[in-house]
Amino acid sequence: MSKAAERNLLEVENLWVKFPTRSGVFDAVRGISFSLGRERLGIVGESGSGKSMTGRAILRLIRPPGIVRADRIALAGENLMLLSERQMRSVRGQRISMIMQDPKFSLNPVMRVGEQISEAYRLHADTSRAAAKQKSLEMLEAVKIRDPERVYTLFPHEVSGGMGQRIMIAMMMIPDPKILIADEPTSALDVSVQMQVLEIMDKLVKDRGMGLIFISHDLNLVSAFCDRVLIMYAGRVVETCRADRLHEATHPYTRGLLNSLPRLDAPVERLEVLKRDPAWRNEDSISGQT
Amino acid sequence: MSGIRIENLNVWFGEHEARVDAVKAASLAVPKGGSFGLVGESGSGKSTILRALTGLVPTWNGRMEVLGQPLGKKRDRGFYRSVQMVFQDPYASLHPRHSVDQVLGETLSLHGFRDIDERISKLLDDVGLGDAFRFRYPHQLSGGQRQRVAVARALAPEPEILLLDEPTSALDVSVQAEILNLLSDLRKEHNLTYLMVSHNLAVVGHLCTDIAVMQLGEIVETLSVEKMRAQQTSHPYTRHLLASSLGAIKTSQPQE
Ligand SMILES: Nc1ncnc2c1ncn2[C@@H]1O[C@H](COP(=O)(O)OP(=O)(O)OP(=O)(O)O)[C@@H](O)[C@H]1O
Ligand SMILES: Nc1ncnc2c1ncn2[C@@H]1O[C@H](COP(=O)(O)OP(=O)(O)OP(=O)(O)O)[C@@H](O)[C@H]1O
Ligand SMILES: [Mg+2]
Ligand SMILES: [Mg+2]
Repeated sequence: MSKAAERNLLEVENLWVKFPTRSGVFDAVRGISFSLGRERLGIVGESGSGKSMTGRAILRLIRPPGIVRADRIALAGENLMLLSERQMRSVRGQRISMIMQDPKFSLNPVMRVGEQISEAYRLHADTSRAAAKQKSLEMLEAVKIRDPERVYTLFPHEVSGGMGQRIMIAMMMIPDPKILIADEPTSALDVSVQMQVLEIMDKLVKDRGMGLIFISHDLNLVSAFCDRVLIMYAGRVVETCRADRLHEATHPYTRGLLNSLPRLDAPVERLEVLKRDPAWRNEDSISGQT
Repeated sequence: MSGIRIENLNVWFGEHEARVDAVKAASLAVPKGGSFGLVGESGSGKSTILRALTGLVPTWNGRMEVLGQPLGKKRDRGFYRSVQMVFQDPYASLHPRHSVDQVLGETLSLHGFRDIDERISKLLDDVGLGDAFRFRYPHQLSGGQRQRVAVARALAPEPEILLLDEPTSALDVSVQAEILNLLSDLRKEHNLTYLMVSHNLAVVGHLCTDIAVMQLGEIVETLSVEKMRAQQTSHPYTRHLLASSLGAIKTSQPQE
């Protein structure tokens, strides 16, 4: 194994996601490469740029007729592209967890949320029902849910948007994965709760030496929370930078994204909208490998 | 005339010891053509107020009025022609087996429109999607694209009042800017009334003139956006919310 492979938890080389449609093949992700160490890697970009498909492709969760192609997707040196579907199942959830963009959609609608967390815990750690329930209540508390006892007994449609997101975060932390892919995990939370929830994830990255892929359209948040950022446009990476330097990004697309943010401290009559340059589509994808 | 008026609204779920009081004695008023924001803690009852207005929660008491009409237990079709809602969860609110064309077409024909074809094109254009997306199904759309379909559907009946539950939280900032500009334009052109929930104070500040802050089912403070910007608040929770929003802006500014 090379030096880089030892340091990196994940290496993605030349990843494509294709959807055959009636009007030809649509390439949602077009040949991107990046690596992930024990760090917080942010992926930002406009709606439809391929952020979620990138996350899902790593776990081979693209629904047919979608197709994933890559030269290599290596987890700790092991090429996931060569694994059977059965082997992939043990990677999912055990070694790589993903918090989906649509939290309520990923929960079982006819089972109480507390029981779903307990079950996930029992699958992972062989314990009694009572112990699993106790642990689940602690996890709900850890993600700052008020009144965990009550929320434990609710069905998914009975929890609020922000509660649903935090329940998913609690569930995904259970199996102690090496890599967590979080797709817009806090988009329904206000800044103060958001910061608390991010601290929990941050602690996991530090304490357990985990790698985090943090997908978000919130540039301020990514800049404040992540170590490194990939900026995606039309299925490619158009720019990468240190997260704390995001505000100095130079690509006109990234600048456009930064300028379209409404600001509490600087109100404007009309928000600036991004003017997309057709040439951006054809630029080479920038490598996000380290 | 008043657009929306709520007085002493209580909303609860469950009975006896399982009863949860999700909204407690809430009052607010939005003049016709006004734009009002609801902010506050996750789980504090913001979505519940919107759902009670649209008739999705049967267990409430107090008084709710829309365009001068007091609301009872039932809502008729006329109500949904004048009041539309964009839901917080774009995944749950679109039928998985209906294409974008079907979703918009059905809403338009339900409300008696004739020129459905042109209207669908115009709506898709307004929300920045365009005709290419017309025959797609929800699973073929990204999160933000679905949310834009939900906004288009709400605009289809040309409502007078829009209830918006986190309309842009699934959207990236560039689309968010487009949708917020579209919402401002529509309001000006058609004198629409907005009641919007958002956890993002900058978004609320941009679109609204007044806000109510909720915590634990109660409206703890109502204030103008100008006061909010000037940090002239009276409740500690509002101060906390403002401080953390402004703090997040500061920490993300380039360091000297
Ligand atoms: N089954 C499908 N068939 C055709 N196109 C699809 C399909 N699924 C997704 N797409 C397209 O792939 C592109 C990338 O989607 P993806 O979900 O990765 O976007 P995203 O960057 O996560 O956007 P958002 O911020 O809105 O969630 C989108 O343009 C979407 O319409
Ligand atoms: N159908 C239901 N049955 C039981 N409890 C419910 C139901 N719907 C909502 N609740 C409860 O009512 C409270 C308020 O929920 P609501 O969805 O209004 O919160 P919110 O302010 O919109 O929060 P968020 O910002 O997280 O979306 C929550 O405690 C929630 O669990
Ligand atoms: Mg997405
Ligand atoms: Mg809500």
